[in-house]
Amino acid sequence: MEYKVAGNKRTSFGDGGDGGGVSSRLSFYQNSSDVDVSLEDFEQFALDRLRVLKAIEEARTRGRKQEDVDTLVIDLWRKHMRTPSAADLAAKDMISHFVLRLAYCRTEDLRRWFLGMETALFRARFRAETPDAQRKFMEDQKLPYKAISAAEFSSVKEKLGQVARSLNQPVPNADNTFYKVPFEEVPELVSARRVYLQRGFAFVPRDQLASIVVGQFRGRLTKALALTNRLWTTTIAAEEKDRLTPIVEALSMRYLGADYSQPSKGYVGIQDLDNLAKKSFPLCMRHLFFNLRHDHHLKFGGRQQLGLFLKGVGLKLEDALNFWRSEFTMKMPVEKFDKEYAYSIRHNFGKEGKRVDYTPYSCMKIITSTPGVGDHHGCPYRHFSQENLRAVLEDQQLNPRAVEAVMDKVRNRHYQLACATTFEAIHGCPSDGINHPNQYFEQSRKALQCDQDEVPEKGQQSGMVQNVSPHPVESTPLPVP
Amino acid sequence: MRSGPAAKDIGFAHCALVAATSFGAGSMEVDENPQRIAAGQPQPQQNDFSPDYLKLYYGRLFPYSEMHKWLSYGNDGKHPGCDASFFSRREFSFTLEHDIYLRYLSFHDAAALEAAIREKCPHKIDIGAVYNVDPSKRTAYSGAGGDKVFSPVERELVFDVDMTDYDDIRSCCSGADICLLCWPLMTIAIKVVDTALRDDFGFEHILWVYSGRRGVHCWVCDSRARRLTNEQRSSIADYFRVCKGNEMNGKKVAFTGPALHPSLLRAYTEVLKKYFEEKILPNQKLLAEEENFMKVLEMVPDDNLRSQMRSKWQSSSSSSEEPNSKRWKQLKTFLEQGKSKGQALRRCVEEIIFSYTYPRLDMEVSKHMNHLLKAPFCVHPKTGRVCIPIDPNNCEAFNPLEVPTLSQLLDELNRVDTELDPRQKDWERTSLANSIRYFRTSVLDPLARTNKAELESSYRAKLQEMASKPNLSW
Repeated sequence: MEYKVAGNKRTSFGDGGDGGGVSSRLSFYQNSSDVDVSLEDFEQFALDRLRVLKAIEEARTRGRKQEDVDTLVIDLWRKHMRTPSAADLAAKDMISHFVLRLAYCRTEDLRRWFLGMETALFRARFRAETPDAQRKFMEDQKLPYKAISAAEFSSVKEKLGQVARSLNQPVPNADNTFYKVPFEEVPELVSARRVYLQRGFAFVPRDQLASIVVGQFRGRLTKALALTNRLWTTTIAAEEKDRLTPIVEALSMRYLGADYSQPSKGYVGIQDLDNLAKKSFPLCMRHLFFNLRHDHHLKFGGRQQLGLFLKGVGLKLEDALNFWRSEFTMKMPVEKFDKEYAYSIRHNFGKEGKRVDYTPYSCMKIITSTPGVGDHHGCPYRHFSQENLRAVLEDQQLNPRAVEAVMDKVRNRHYQLACATTFEAIHGCPSDGINHPNQYFEQSRKALQCDQDEVPEKGQQSGMVQNVSPHPVESTPLPVP
Repeated sequence: MRSGPAAKDIGFAHCALVAATSFGAGSMEVDENPQRIAAGQPQPQQNDFSPDYLKLYYGRLFPYSEMHKWLSYGNDGKHPGCDASFFSRREFSFTLEHDIYLRYLSFHDAAALEAAIREKCPHKIDIGAVYNVDPSKRTAYSGAGGDKVFSPVERELVFDVDMTDYDDIRSCCSGADICLLCWPLMTIAIKVVDTALRDDFGFEHILWVYSGRRGVHCWVCDSRARRLTNEQRSSIADYFRVCKGNEMNGKKVAFTGPALHPSLLRAYTEVLKKYFEEKILPNQKLLAEEENFMKVLEMVPDDNLRSQMRSKWQSSSSSSEEPNSKRWKQLKTFLEQGKSKGQALRRCVEEIIFSYTYPRLDMEVSKHMNHLLKAPFCVHPKTGRVCIPIDPNNCEAFNPLEVPTLSQLLDELNRVDTELDPRQKDWERTSLANSIRYFRTSVLDPLARTNKAELESSYRAKLQEMASKPNLSW
């Protein structure tokens, strides 16, 4: 990758776009052409693209349907990536992608986020193209997919019909084109059983063609990110220490906000937990906490979700070990606990294995998790049945009107808004929005302490507010132009 | 919402039949009484496992050369296309007595593997991925600046099915216990997953192994499977994910469309329906006990129908000969009639059957290339049973309660020591013989043929590539 950043002037790409359309030029971003770009544009373009990616994430956590997300993405793309000419757009697309790739290559979490959002963006843009443009793009990229013959179609017609009907879609006929590809190339269609599989091949309907191309995109970007990361750690970071590195590092912070890997204030002891859980834990953590107290056990997903949250709340490693041990050993011998469970607790605190200090799960991670039989983790607003959620809310002394308000948000799949509504009903004060269970916790502590110390010493209160602010300066939401 | 202890009580009568398996599994006491062994009393359940037995097992019975042959995938031969370092880049991990855990072990060849196992006498052996460099030398590559980052390059696609994941539908036993009433759930899992792996995904070299206690493991050994990325592994695991409900959501399976996906339809007509009606329904007394049929009725989306069935069943005594199948017929008839009422009832029969039978995989195990899984032919320290292969074509005949235990194998060795045939290997004289023979003829031999063909063709491709290159570089 070659980044030339000129003083002020900017020259656009030599191989400019061929006009019009949403995308102007789709790209696999295989190689960045040499291009001069001003420092301001370097950052500005990246920020514009980040706005699109961030909006994709938000739409996803609300559980919006694929088609809706696609439409939204295209609108956002038009709005934020607007340029005077098609050639400029192609350049802006390239530059912003490569800058963010640099910014988001640096940790596993960042890479996963960037990969997910870029893939969604690419999918939406590809699907918005005309069939001819799609075909041309596939030819240009040398993706050798051929439609199946009429004879082959009739041999699997019945199965293809079953797949379509299982998805509530019209049954295909001979006019519909199908492509036969190795199942490895369409993982997302395999996951959702959206294709017929026969001896290792997936029969992909034309309107799902995007999946094949998206699979390619994803695969290539995964490799590229690993490569970029290596380049970054070995050379770029040091070479650009005074110029690009600060911008790049700030860019990823800009989105992520606080990750709550370090408790923002003080530590809490085991004896405080029950009280805190009752008053200040969001529903997902309350549910896990009291289930643990009740069953003296939690399955892996629950241990991770609650354990990391408690770390963020300020439970120290020794206390965490004691806490989990005291619960689990009501049902198992201490040796079994020390053998099978203590390791992963120390692991989460960065004391074992790779020694990474793991960060508590965000709402997005929790909402998109897939709890199964015997699991208690996940987001109650998303994963509980309506009756159960209602019962839990009523347990929390929410008045009927508040319960209805929450259920209404849930029906519209605004899970984080539902959580914020619950917060407001419980605390009787507005919330700043909930993106993270630890943010809920800190907002709650802040609200309850304001109540308690009606007339506190001035210095103390302002100091505290500063400490627990859920939005450190660098994490304020992106300004919308 | 949980019904742990109560459900256990109901099933107690059945557990008594098969207390053998669950002995020691529920209670955590593993201290044996050495007096009993010395006295030679027939106490098979308690004395199935001991470190001394294990030493003998590793010394005389463990199939080292078969394991090495399997995990070499043809790279142990003389062919010029062989990758001589292949086996030595495989991660092994040992769990020793007192839970000392050794990761990232690697061995040059079968002899080195054998020497290490005999010396350390691991209570458990796990097999990990093949890495790009020798795992025991990984630290040399971990620093920044190296051009090789230590990372997995190949790994069988693996599945783990564990009986504990079925606790909400088992009334015979729970947790680590299993019995012949719930084992059919594993038979179903093997049949359904094995067929789908072959017919849907095109895999051929599939090894099923008893996990030694309460479940089964599956190793897909095709080269195509070994090279799957994590994302592709996840997609296959998700393909098998039908039961989605959690503890706070009663309905575990929901079908929306008017038809089933072909893979699910095949499972349903060939396996699930039959097993549900013949095994699971009566075995688990799904409609005989109130606590159980309430759970089934929870899945019926029509309030009227639900309360109608409930009062009908509550009032009639369940002591009549076979309430399960009678009530199942009733419920089915009512649901059929209700079909006209709406979409929701239409798939209800299927949804119930899938909830109670469709395989429940431990997803995390399958999703990552570097996840460890216990090796075949290990001995489970709690049961003393050997993790022997299961033939998927004959899996209904597999009885977990008859799997050879350590003490049984050693008894067999002692018994025939007198009439030694020097050409015979030790294991051939024990009940492990069938398992090792199956492993050789049904797993290793077909694999060897495929390995050879693949080695040939990749070598030829390489030669061709090399032949076409010189012109360019000169």
